[in-house]
Amino acid sequence: MTDGPLLDVRDLRVTYTTRAGEVPVLPGLSFQLNAGEALGLVGESGCGKSTVALAIVRYLGRSGRIVGGRVRFEGRDLTTLDEAGLRAVRGRRIAMVYQDPMASLNPVMTVGRQLMEAPMAHEGVPAQTARDRALAMLAEVKLADPEAVMERYPHQLSGGQQQRIVIAMALITGPALLIMDEPTTGLDVTVEAAVLDLVRELRSRHRSAILFISHNLGSVVRVCDRVAVMYRGELVEEGPVRRIFSNPRHPYTRGLLDCLPTLGSDKRQAPLVPIAGQVESALARSPGCGFAGRCAQVEIGRCTSRPIPITEVHGEHDHHVACVRADELARWMRRSGAPTAHDAGGAGEPMVAVHHLTKIYETRRRWLRGARAPVRAVSDVDLAAARGRTLAIVGESGCGKSTVAKVLSGLEIATAGGVTLDGVEVGALAVDARSAALKRKLQMVFQNPDSTLNPSHTVGYAIGRALRRLQGRAPADLSAGVAHLLEVVKLSPAMAARKPRHLSGGEKQRAAIARALAGDPDVIVADEPVSALDVSVQAAIVNLLTEIQAARGATLVFISHDLAVVRYLADTVAVMYLGTVAELGPVERVFAPPYHPYTEALLSAVPVPDPDHAVARILLEGRVPRADEIPRGCPFSTRCPRRIGPICDETPPPVQRFGADHRIACHIPGDDLRRLQTALVEPRVVGR
Amino acid sequence: MSTPVAAGTLSASSPAAARVRARRWRGRLAALRESTPATVGVAIVLAWVALAVLAPLIAPYPPNANDMAALGHTTPSKAHWLGTDHLGRDLLSRILWGARPVLVIAPLAVLGAAALGSLLGLAAGYYGRWIDLTITRTCDIVLSFPVIILYMIILAHFGSSAWNIIGVLTLTKAPIIARIVRGMTLDLREREYVAAAKMRGESALYIMLVEILPNARGPLVVDMCLRTGYNVIIIGALGFLGIGLPPPDPDWGGMVKDTYGMMMVWPHMALFPCAAISSLVVGFNLLAVGLRELGLRD
Repeated sequence: MTDGPLLDVRDLRVTYTTRAGEVPVLPGLSFQLNAGEALGLVGESGCGKSTVALAIVRYLGRSGRIVGGRVRFEGRDLTTLDEAGLRAVRGRRIAMVYQDPMASLNPVMTVGRQLMEAPMAHEGVPAQTARDRALAMLAEVKLADPEAVMERYPHQLSGGQQQRIVIAMALITGPALLIMDEPTTGLDVTVEAAVLDLVRELRSRHRSAILFISHNLGSVVRVCDRVAVMYRGELVEEGPVRRIFSNPRHPYTRGLLDCLPTLGSDKRQAPLVPIAGQVESALARSPGCGFAGRCAQVEIGRCTSRPIPITEVHGEHDHHVACVRADELARWMRRSGAPTAHDAGGAGEPMVAVHHLTKIYETRRRWLRGARAPVRAVSDVDLAAARGRTLAIVGESGCGKSTVAKVLSGLEIATAGGVTLDGVEVGALAVDARSAALKRKLQMVFQNPDSTLNPSHTVGYAIGRALRRLQGRAPADLSAGVAHLLEVVKLSPAMAARKPRHLSGGEKQRAAIARALAGDPDVIVADEPVSALDVSVQAAIVNLLTEIQAARGATLVFISHDLAVVRYLADTVAVMYLGTVAELGPVERVFAPPYHPYTEALLSAVPVPDPDHAVARILLEGRVPRADEIPRGCPFSTRCPRRIGPICDETPPPVQRFGADHRIACHIPGDDLRRLQTALVEPRVVGR
Repeated sequence: MSTPVAAGTLSASSPAAARVRARRWRGRLAALRESTPATVGVAIVLAWVALAVLAPLIAPYPPNANDMAALGHTTPSKAHWLGTDHLGRDLLSRILWGARPVLVIAPLAVLGAAALGSLLGLAAGYYGRWIDLTITRTCDIVLSFPVIILYMIILAHFGSSAWNIIGVLTLTKAPIIARIVRGMTLDLREREYVAAAKMRGESALYIMLVEILPNARGPLVVDMCLRTGYNVIIIGALGFLGIGLPPPDPDWGGMVKDTYGMMMVWPHMALFPCAAISSLVVGFNLLAVGLRELGLRD
């Protein structure tokens, strides 16, 4: 091996050709990565981090072009290497893992053949050797029963298992560099935690260097030694994980940390502080600092007149920052907004209540083929949300939380049990059957910013139409109403004329919230409204929702898989597993022992953006059982780390009550749970 | 469809909105130029449209006039650039005039098929269950018929006229469009904006026409271009079979039919109309290819 860093990126410049002209996405990026080191590349969407990954292996496609700089890898310059040379490097010396595992796996080939392909193609080893190596690799990525997995097709595996296969494929040739581009973004928290732990463990064994790309500082901290923060294609700060998290110097890094909800943050005591504004287009670059337009510490002139070089932080030789004011800024303390009073309502009859709700999806009987087993999405669920309060429903995908939302909204109807909305029974009423007043009362905010607004209609049309239908406004005075609603969600009234594709993810979600508010609803059901957004945008949307809720006294039913967000904004929390409620109670009681063992596992999986924070991690083994394998006893018994014996498999757990409003469905006595669980390190608040 | 759209559109008539629309149209035309196939396709189709519109002005002879003097040598000459047919009629004039019925019938039939097919496809995809089953099976039956025989039966029964040809083409092409639209509807009806529309109490018709159909238009427009080209071929084939437009008015397929027997002696009489058909079909196909290319790029 040659001396010097494994990967040396020097002044790398990449442009994309678009209709608007040449866009300099990377105006000159430099960084190094040593053999065996893990570097986290962090920034919001659109900051060019994926472009870096693609440019290294020269996968930029037709519109992207490297216009300058070098990428030295193992002594060779990849930017000038010919196709044959590149092929020898890709896959064999540099492997990549992308966000969507299904896109990396061939759906018509068994996992085994795909794994064996790389060693056979790159190293010319015989099939038997390749097979042995594939089996060993599968065992290493902790897939149970590797022999059986070899024969499976990708669609027969869960998302977490697929991502493990992709990681196995990447590591099987023993690459010197592993590039991971948002490898855990689409996964559930518990699965994400397990995959991150796996990467960390494999790293120490394989000595591969890792370039780990993520928008989430919380996941980077678990895997990386060093962190590089990117903004608009430029490195703004770079240094060891510990320094970046304990003493970030660049205002952008500080902003990213401030807007990350942690298990210690709470809307009442410590509201999140989102970064103002959004990433500006790479087309219009000013001569100075790229972040100046959004920076609270900006000093016009010094910051904006000439390029800001990245320099060593005074007294910290391994920490670099691109900020002229870095030495003047006070030491970072986690910032939070002023405490606010959230005390709207709460008394009297609940606004929304769910009684013994069961939803079964029947699969239709087909000719000559028997009906498949019906899917029990939700069974016997009891929940209530008080007027003006926030009820959060948490759980992994497939736990039935979205089904509850659909029954509330009338997009599905209950199979058994009932739902009352402000005292009116609506469980059996599909949305068509609900009266206009009921429709107005409950509106929804959806998950996917790309599908929540119709791409063919302008934002103004979408909101205006809702105003007409829900409030019966005359077409003539729609525009004032639309402008007002846009103002409520902090969008400019000019947005009304735009189509969704001209909006960022956060703006689309704001417009969707404005549409939901058009009928002035009493209940807002938000189904994972922030899970597809960047952390920085997430904070702003969450704050917007709580603000609107407080101002209007609306009841919010918030569905999420993210416990940190739930901890932040909920008043009452329901933890769901396989269609049942495992734990229900006021937020501060659910987030303190005794926990349901499932809540405990979820909590320990939450990424904490603090390198010194060590929780005794509880990793859930196996996967969520399929609908036809639900255990007779406790639904969680197949994965429960605190299973006490056959009683868990055989007998449905009793609901234990702690006080009037906290319930846990578990066989383990509450005192035992409390004793076992208080031993765990309490999640502590970073930066305090 | 127009009522809810027009009534609900926010400040559709404001100058700002008009400016946005104008800019969008200019953008679309500019975008079309980015694709070579689309540019060539548009040029060919527009050239034929111009020739057809201007036929009364630029055609050197009346289409049905017999030039007995030319019968001696029917091959291309100074007087007859493309020569004449066996009855001494000027081929250039007949081809120019012959472009007119094709360019009316082919697009109208496609529009008819698109309208009928979209409605069927939307209903099948949106409602599912027995409605889907009935529509899909009916379409399959129509599609499994040997079409030329179907044309012959229908046109023989109802007589052959421009309207009947449009009708027949509409009925036989609608199932294909219905299939495409059904497939897209199955996907689009699961979008969250459709759920949002249901939650504010929109009717099924509104959801299908205003929320779903506009998002299916990309692939639909591409397919309509292709299908216009195919219709040009079918109209030619009908003319060739003698069940096209009634004589003596020029019709490209009919021109081939009248003269292909003399192919060995005077090949130009059949070849020039064939070339006209091919060039127009190629034009529509290139346009379709180009539109698809541009659609994929966005």
